Amino acid sequence: MDAINWHTFFFLLFALVACAFAVGVVLATNIVRMALYLIVSLGATSGLFFLAGADFVAAMQLMIYVGGTLVLLIFGVMLTAKGPFISMKTGGGDWILACLLSGCLAAFLLPAAFAVPGWRNVRHAADTAAVNAAQPEIAEAADASNATAEANSAVATNAPVQTRTATPLGMGLLGPRVDTLDPDDASLVAGMSGYLLPFEIISMHLLVVLVGAAYLARTKRRADSRNPGARNA
Amino acid sequence: MAEALANYLPHSLEWLAYVVVGLVQCALLLLVPFVGAMFFVWVERKVSARIQDRLGPTRCGGRFGWLQLLADGLKLITKEDLRPKDADAVLFLLAPYISFCASFMALLALPFSNGWVVQNMNVGLFFILAVLGLEVFGVILAGYASASKWSLFGAMREAAQVVSYEVPLGMCVVVPVVITGTMNLVDIGNMQAGLFTNWLIFHDPFTFVTFWVYFTCATASVNRAPFDLAEAESELVAGFHTEYSGFRWLAFFMAEYGSMFIVSGLGAILFFGGWNGPIPIAHWLGLTVENGPVLGFIGNLLGCFNFIFKCVAGVTFMIWVRWTLPRLRIDQVMQVCLKYCVPIAAVMFLGATTWTYLLPGGVGLRSMPYGMRYDTTNVSAAFQPAAVVPPAPAAPVQVNQKLPQASPPKIAQADVPGPGRN
Amino acid sequence: MDLLSQPVGVSHYLVVGAILFISGVVCMAVKRNAIGVLMGIELVLNGANVNFVAFSSNFLRSDQGHSLGLDGQLISLFVIVLAAAEAAVALAIALNYYNNHSTIDVDRADELKG
Repeated sequence: MDAINWHTFFFLLFALVACAFAVGVVLATNIVRMALYLIVSLGATSGLFFLAGADFVAAMQLMIYVGGTLVLLIFGVMLTAKGPFISMKTGGGDWILACLLSGCLAAFLLPAAFAVPGWRNVRHAADTAAVNAAQPEIAEAADASNATAEANSAVATNAPVQTRTATPLGMGLLGPRVDTLDPDDASLVAGMSGYLLPFEIISMHLLVVLVGAAYLARTKRRADSRNPGARNA
Repeated sequence: MAEALANYLPHSLEWLAYVVVGLVQCALLLLVPFVGAMFFVWVERKVSARIQDRLGPTRCGGRFGWLQLLADGLKLITKEDLRPKDADAVLFLLAPYISFCASFMALLALPFSNGWVVQNMNVGLFFILAVLGLEVFGVILAGYASASKWSLFGAMREAAQVVSYEVPLGMCVVVPVVITGTMNLVDIGNMQAGLFTNWLIFHDPFTFVTFWVYFTCATASVNRAPFDLAEAESELVAGFHTEYSGFRWLAFFMAEYGSMFIVSGLGAILFFGGWNGPIPIAHWLGLTVENGPVLGFIGNLLGCFNFIFKCVAGVTFMIWVRWTLPRLRIDQVMQVCLKYCVPIAAVMFLGATTWTYLLPGGVGLRSMPYGMRYDTTNVSAAFQPAAVVPPAPAAPVQVNQKLPQASPPKIAQADVPGPGRN
Repeated sequence: MDLLSQPVGVSHYLVVGAILFISGVVCMAVKRNAIGVLMGIELVLNGANVNFVAFSSNFLRSDQGHSLGLDGQLISLFVIVLAAAEAAVALAIALNYYNNHSTIDVDRADELKG
């Protein structure tokens, strides 16, 4: 028996938790339980991000998605409750249609996940070196492949690898792409401007959303059940 | 340690070594909230007593009542475990542990000394902020699951307060990040080595004010007075933990004191030099890593004591403030956040970034950094991506001699990737 | 234990992303509570994020250096931000719906039915 690859172990742990609780969101009837399962599922997804080497994105997921969006959802749950939480059951026909849809999606997505050979798994450093020797045209990119092979072999042999993505991400958002200063295809350098424009667009978008949500959710007189036609603009 | 232990085990059980070592480290880290909570409860009772002109615990354990905390712990563990009839069973049982786990997870990234951190994350600061924000779920679930309107009101108020105060807290925390150029807490602590004038709080007046805003927002986000409406005894019985007794209440308590410890520790690292003392005695005595592992360990141990002292001082300050100031109403709490903390934090952020841009080396109070264990090549390594680009350094970095700071790389020089310039 | 010694590839992440996506779609289709539908939307966006991060990772591939690199992570950052924004507006809409109909059940919104 080989040594346990702890990377795989933690991946399985987080992946099983994420998937199981995502299915739990679908199957639960109590809305607060659904919110709790969603929180756990998104937290496990954040763990998956850490394992894939995206440390900044994982911390953002925890802070913004789990710590912000889900708190918002829970507030929504509490504000739209009326008395004890009545569970609203969906009819059988709807469930059958939904299962049909999910079956089709699964039949399409799951084989597609295993379709590309390069996606399947990480070869050990020895295999990569052998492949390099066998195909000399790949050996030109030996530097990049060495680095990747190092990372891969590090993962394969339980060595800790630290990723530093925060600063390159920040620089990418401002314009200069410090991660691809020396790209393989030199003709791509000319148009490389980073993500400054999307960054600015998102800032304005968030401002608009803030104003819009505050306006939409302002206090209005609620239509009571005795007078269902009463509306207040 | 795990590899050493794994050598003694048969091959099929090698994984057990990792599990055992993980459990040992976990147990050691669990001591922080357990012992810390007990100690801080005693400190709180003594300090509050003195402020209120009385003595506090004096019977149990001699003159200072230090055994009182053990007696409290025993009492809480042996209390009857109540559960309201209408309570949602699973959520009611789970809520205190969610709070405790969130508070405990933040300890994973908090360094106690140079390199003494469970996981030296490059985004450690961000991770701690993110995880502290998860504590609110335990509170909301406790409030909902207790099936009592006092609990629900308290929980909702606390959730609104914590989430609102994350905004100015984040802005205050970004100021030291901008000055040091990294979110790695070990690096931030190392950059403040030397005399106390190297501490970031003395870097510029904006950072000085930022610390006080940070402390206010941190107090609010851990729900300590004067922001403690969620647990306001005079208004809501006991807020979200009304229905909890025994060990579950202890879990909430440990989460609260643990969070206080963590935000104090974060403030210590970001603004007060972390584990570096006011004068670098350890460096003068030669207790550094370069002189051998044992001396390095002793130097780091002194740093750890420094750090814990600063954390305890921060928590004591919070306790002092609690028993001095009256409680704020919920609308006053939100006013303070939105009308005072957010604008002040924003102005301080603007000021600090402008200061760093105009005067990158600082002015006046800078002294030659003694005991500088910070490796300046680390700064250029921050620009190296995760092993895609060939190993040549990605961008030249301007490093100031007095305080190594990462100024943004000039784009014009990007097509000449030479060795990092110092 | 052989399963635990094999390294993990992009495919496994894609499977996780697919399962999250499918759960989200079913949740959107099946739930009657408007907030439940919102949770489905969050799951869908999360599944897409998992895919992006998997493609951006350098540790999970066996072909050399063909990952998306930081592009994948930047896109997933934008997705997270946009999802938060959309959740805020959608919740405001849900609150308005609740205030107007006194119920959060989306099946009751049938006044425009021909």
